[in-house]
Amino acid sequence: MEPLTQRSKTVSDKKMTFAEKLYLPAILGGMRITFGHLFKKKTTIQFPEAKRPFAGVYRGRHVLKRDEAGRERCTACGLCAVACPAEAITMVAAERKPGEEGLYREEKYAAVYEINMLRCIFCGDCEEACPKEAIFLTDRLVASEYQRKPFIYGKELLVEPADPEKRIDVSERQTPEVLAFKKDRQHKHNN
Amino acid sequence: MVNAVVYKMILASGILVLSLLVAMYSTLVERKVAGWFQDRHGPNRAGPWGLLQPLADGIKLFFKEEFMPNTADKFLYILGPSLTMLVACLTSAVIPWGPDIVINGESYALQVADINIGILYIFAIVSVGVYGIMIGGWASNNKYSLLGAVRASSQMISYELAMSLSIITIVMMTGSLSMREIVNQQQGFNWNIWYQPLGFLIFLICAFAETNRAPFDLPECETELVGGYHTEYSSMKLGFYLFAEYINMFISGAVMATLFLGGYHFPGLDKLGLSPNVFALVSFLVLFTKITFFGFIFMWVRWTLPRFRYDQLMKLGWKSLMPLAILNVLVTGVIILFNL
Repeated sequence: MEPLTQRSKTVSDKKMTFAEKLYLPAILGGMRITFGHLFKKKTTIQFPEAKRPFAGVYRGRHVLKRDEAGRERCTACGLCAVACPAEAITMVAAERKPGEEGLYREEKYAAVYEINMLRCIFCGDCEEACPKEAIFLTDRLVASEYQRKPFIYGKELLVEPADPEKRIDVSERQTPEVLAFKKDRQHKHNN
Repeated sequence: MVNAVVYKMILASGILVLSLLVAMYSTLVERKVAGWFQDRHGPNRAGPWGLLQPLADGIKLFFKEEFMPNTADKFLYILGPSLTMLVACLTSAVIPWGPDIVINGESYALQVADINIGILYIFAIVSVGVYGIMIGGWASNNKYSLLGAVRASSQMISYELAMSLSIITIVMMTGSLSMREIVNQQQGFNWNIWYQPLGFLIFLICAFAETNRAPFDLPECETELVGGYHTEYSSMKLGFYLFAEYINMFISGAVMATLFLGGYHFPGLDKLGLSPNVFALVSFLVLFTKITFFGFIFMWVRWTLPRFRYDQLMKLGWKSLMPLAILNVLVTGVIILFNL
């Protein structure tokens, strides 16, 4: 009969030899193996002190970037919301008033910008769709909550701080491969 | 006379404190060693290297709910762990911890009681130890506890026979039942293990069974019996049971070191010309190292071997160890008789 797998082993019910009946050689063999493990590298990562590094292209919690002058880049064009396969992004656009030039980069801006982190699948399509380089995915994690409501992140959680010291670095994810992928015209959403 | 009494009391309390301390830290060492064997770090959060972990565990046990099943026999339920703990602490009385020390020109023995039936005393006390487990398991009024207790008693009785038989050869060679006498005949490197390797092996295997350690931890056997005899125990009563296991480990290590590995003797140590008290201290450290070595073996085996099946346990005890031990006695007898 054809064996079902390549890994099947023949089992025999032969009588144990004297050496096997003694158990001791087998026990000593086992003890040698465990003793070897004493000196192996520990697999534990000491979590709060040491953190497991994320992959450079890790897609985590979003950030809405500001430009060099600290103005919000987002113009509420809605392309990210259209590109979002999970329909997690909603926004309300508003017109910039005179005197708000230091806050918003262009005449139109997002008065409300919300991402539902429970819906988001962290695909990164919003990042690719954005023509203003305003939204990026970062290596930060979305914290756990007790209710559903707090998972809808508003601008206060998404927009990065204006202080140049506290800006969120998104350069790590923008590898040449990622940038080339974003320019690739054969993806429909890039057209 | 008064001096001697005071000294004995200090020594006895010192040894009690020592065995409690060692048992306390054995719990930490066990978890550390378990971690290392499994490529982990083991507990390292409470204090540096987790040194405060036993304290944290102890405090936790003290503050746990004192639970008692309402169908349990109240008196026996409390007697069980108390007896186990008491018996565990009693055994250390006859173990010689080192050569005599000299205080104010008088020499004192580093042994609480040098009774001339030391070995018999140890076996008597260890045999009482099974009552603590049996009473606890019976008094809990729980089928798993009872099964654990029944297993414990049958296992201990089965292995005590082979254990005693393996010791008889030592007694035959030494011609004495006194622990001190046995140690003193193993000066230098003249250890009993070289003459009685089979006896040592039998004793070692039986020691695992007597202390209810893996691979013979069938009385606890959490995979089949929930917790075995201590299923219904909580708080410090459970703590006593667990603690007694570690004290027993320490004491059986000491007994094995004394009977087979020359106790506190080490080759060349008496030629160093140390002053008596320093010599006693170094000798004690030698003995302690040997005990630690046995402690490590106990843990090493625990984290290597799976538990025996019950019929395998009985088969090993009665059909292998017993005949081997008897054979060992016979061969030793023949050799002594004909002065080979």
